[in-house]
Amino acid sequence: MPRLNVNGTVRDIEVEPDTPLLWVIREQIGLTGTKYGCGIAQCGACTVHIDGAAVRSCALPVSAVAEEQKIVTIEGLSPDGSHPVQKAWLALDVPQCGFCQPGMIMAASALLAQNPKPTEEQIRSEITNICRCGTYNRVLAGVKLAAEGGEAGRG
Amino acid sequence: MTEQQSASALSRRDFIARSAAVAGGLGLGFHVPFDAAAQSAAASTPEVNAWVVIRPDETVVIRIARSEMGQGTLTGLAQPVAEELECDWSKVTTEYPTPGQSLARNRVWGNFSTGGSRGVRESQEYMRQGGAAARTMLVQAAANAWGVPASECRVEKGVISHPASGRSTSYGKVAEAASKIEPPKEVQLKDPKDWTIAGKSVPRLDTAEKLTGKQVYGMDLRLPGMLNAAIKDCPVFGGKVASYDAKAVEGMPGVKAVVRVGESAVAVVADTWWRAKTALDALPVTWDEGPNAKVSSETIMAMLKEGLEAKEAFVGNRNGDAAAAIAGAAKRVEAVYGYPFQNHATMEVMNATAVWTSDRCEVWTPTQNGEAALAAASEAAGLPALRCDVHKIHLGGGFGRRGAVHDWVRQVVAIAKEMPGTPIKLIWSREEDMVHGKYHPITQCKLVGGLDDRGNLVGVHMRISGQSILAGLLPQNLQNGRDPVTFQGLNPGGAEAAIGYTIPNVLIDHAMRNPHVPPGFWRGVNTNPNAIYLESFMDELAHAAGQDPLEFRRKLMANHPKHLGVLNAVAERAGWGKPMPAGHGRGIAQIMGFGSYTAAVAEVSVDDAGRLKIHRIVAATDPGHAVNPQQIEAQVEGSFVYGLSAALYGECTVADGRIVEQNFDSYPVMRLDEMPKVETIVMPSGGFWGGVGEPTIAVAAPAVLNAIFAATGKRVRQIPVKNADLRRA
Repeated sequence: MPRLNVNGTVRDIEVEPDTPLLWVIREQIGLTGTKYGCGIAQCGACTVHIDGAAVRSCALPVSAVAEEQKIVTIEGLSPDGSHPVQKAWLALDVPQCGFCQPGMIMAASALLAQNPKPTEEQIRSEITNICRCGTYNRVLAGVKLAAEGGEAGRG
Repeated sequence: MTEQQSASALSRRDFIARSAAVAGGLGLGFHVPFDAAAQSAAASTPEVNAWVVIRPDETVVIRIARSEMGQGTLTGLAQPVAEELECDWSKVTTEYPTPGQSLARNRVWGNFSTGGSRGVRESQEYMRQGGAAARTMLVQAAANAWGVPASECRVEKGVISHPASGRSTSYGKVAEAASKIEPPKEVQLKDPKDWTIAGKSVPRLDTAEKLTGKQVYGMDLRLPGMLNAAIKDCPVFGGKVASYDAKAVEGMPGVKAVVRVGESAVAVVADTWWRAKTALDALPVTWDEGPNAKVSSETIMAMLKEGLEAKEAFVGNRNGDAAAAIAGAAKRVEAVYGYPFQNHATMEVMNATAVWTSDRCEVWTPTQNGEAALAAASEAAGLPALRCDVHKIHLGGGFGRRGAVHDWVRQVVAIAKEMPGTPIKLIWSREEDMVHGKYHPITQCKLVGGLDDRGNLVGVHMRISGQSILAGLLPQNLQNGRDPVTFQGLNPGGAEAAIGYTIPNVLIDHAMRNPHVPPGFWRGVNTNPNAIYLESFMDELAHAAGQDPLEFRRKLMANHPKHLGVLNAVAERAGWGKPMPAGHGRGIAQIMGFGSYTAAVAEVSVDDAGRLKIHRIVAATDPGHAVNPQQIEAQVEGSFVYGLSAALYGECTVADGRIVEQNFDSYPVMRLDEMPKVETIVMPSGGFWGGVGEPTIAVAAPAVLNAIFAATGKRVRQIPVKNADLRRA
């Protein structure tokens, strides 16, 4: 039986091996913060971290993930919404409908983990998630704020 | 504990927590075992009135009938209620009443429809009255307890005091007594200049849960014993299911049933959605595609082109004699523009969960109109509306797709009806969502204008040919066959969407041509094409007259001060007229829609390879009253993403009767790398209430198209821009 390490907990998974990781996370593990948007790795709503890197889970078969690999979902990014990206997002009221935001936040936090002080051009080219409400300008400002420490007060 | 049991326990815990958040104090009508527990906590606090519940811990619950889909209406409607209520804003939370409860209470919450940018503007008055009435009752309750006249009491941030005796109490302490007091017959609303909560850029109430994955969308719902469904409707609109071979997939993992849904669709029900979809993809289905299978983009275009020259047309705006004025003009300008079908492409695909039994049907779904969803559920369930209910869930985007028709609700109820008592969650695939939308109507527009020898505009004929939304969706709302919605932004007057120009001789008419592709209300609706047509053509006329496009417009706008106000504001902020580098250009556009006035200036460049870059947008909006300026800015910024995605990329084409584009790889949308800087001017002039979710969409495309012309000398008249060669000749 395959096992997955999700948010620090190792779980047994009983599922067809070609099931995308997204649906294992949502339907077997029951963590629904990671979203289905397109199923073809285009929109990024399903973004999770695997060993710290942003990965689109909707097109990744669960069989391609090893037990040793650490999967982090939006629910596991911080214990209480206190990751610098989450704090910056709160300060700037980034989300509108919010559906794409878990993926957006996972993409942004992975970017900052690898590049703590990205340039605007780097943010623009690295964050390729789709938001249909059009929060991009606040996403851009949010990544910059998080990179500066993200301690600014809300409002 | 088996995996199944643990999943069930998890879902039950989640569901209790979520139902408190989603349905709040009104609870869930559906009789599942834990229903009473979910309801009891909040139900113990009586409401002060339909809009306000104040709990003993001082939490102020404001009920909102309109739907939150990202536009900020929960916060934007809570603010004016809290303003009149004089409560502590930091204690405010919101909840949705259900349309079934509203029906049972003589529609006490009014209209649930959340479209046409109407959320705030159409419900603010009765909601403010609800807040003011609740305040009056709460103060009266305290005054009664103290045996003093209410007029001697004061209230601030939910604390009631009687200065003469030094006593004070709080809303939470008197709420129950207040609930028994006769509501006042009349209330005095505050003057907007005295607002302290409304009109302020307070943070949204619904942000925190959207940052942690806790926010529940319809797709995330889990009920005990729930099964999942995936569906495929005949890809040709109007076609039917001929046959399918259920046996081929019945043995696949998790599959519980294969269900025919109506005449045209088939669904697979399984324990998980992924297994349902996998089996559905493997299910052999034969379609009876019908005569529409012969239709293509080319045949539709031919139908629309014919309408451009047709004799018969519905008149939207007529003044003077446009034909004669143009015939006698010194210079004639003519152009044909076009707007394609577009999918809303909400981030969250269509979905709903339903439980049906022979005496009750409950639906959980993201909807822009709870009452319409209830009507659809009732009809599909074969049960009276009072035996059904719809529990609204936050929408992962709406943009008009989730309001007028609830095709997915009808489907899920039809499936649930086949499995009585079992909760069924239906989720569309993205591909299903792309090919079974309710599309932005397709139109072509021929414009002919006449200029006199001094370059003055003497007449315009604007002929729109194409699809009517009302004819497709709400034919009962046509007026003697005419669709008034077609003329949004072009009307001779009115508070909703009046044209901003005084043209001596004008005729704007519509040759209705309805292809088989179903139309829908699409964020901005017909102001989108109409602003492209009118504002691009104004630009063409200005150039033909040898005049600056801004000055040319201004001469026609003397009688339209609010239109002119936003136009001047963007021109000034953008530095209209200042020199730009080679290959750069500025474009301007304005329109009135949904009761608000909007204008934009776009700055673009086009390089030698024809690549477009949008550098800067300056946008102004005058919505009359601005309830939350920072959220208006968010809506305006987002409008440029939605509007420019449409202008640059948005196109659903038709081949063999079906929509060709299936997903975001063939239906691209704007991403962060292309997002221009947007500077927003919120300039409420007071005295009226306009919407903000939609009006700005319409100016995005024409501002950019006019800027492209300024940069390249090339006029793009058919969107999307991706199909045009922008290399300078």
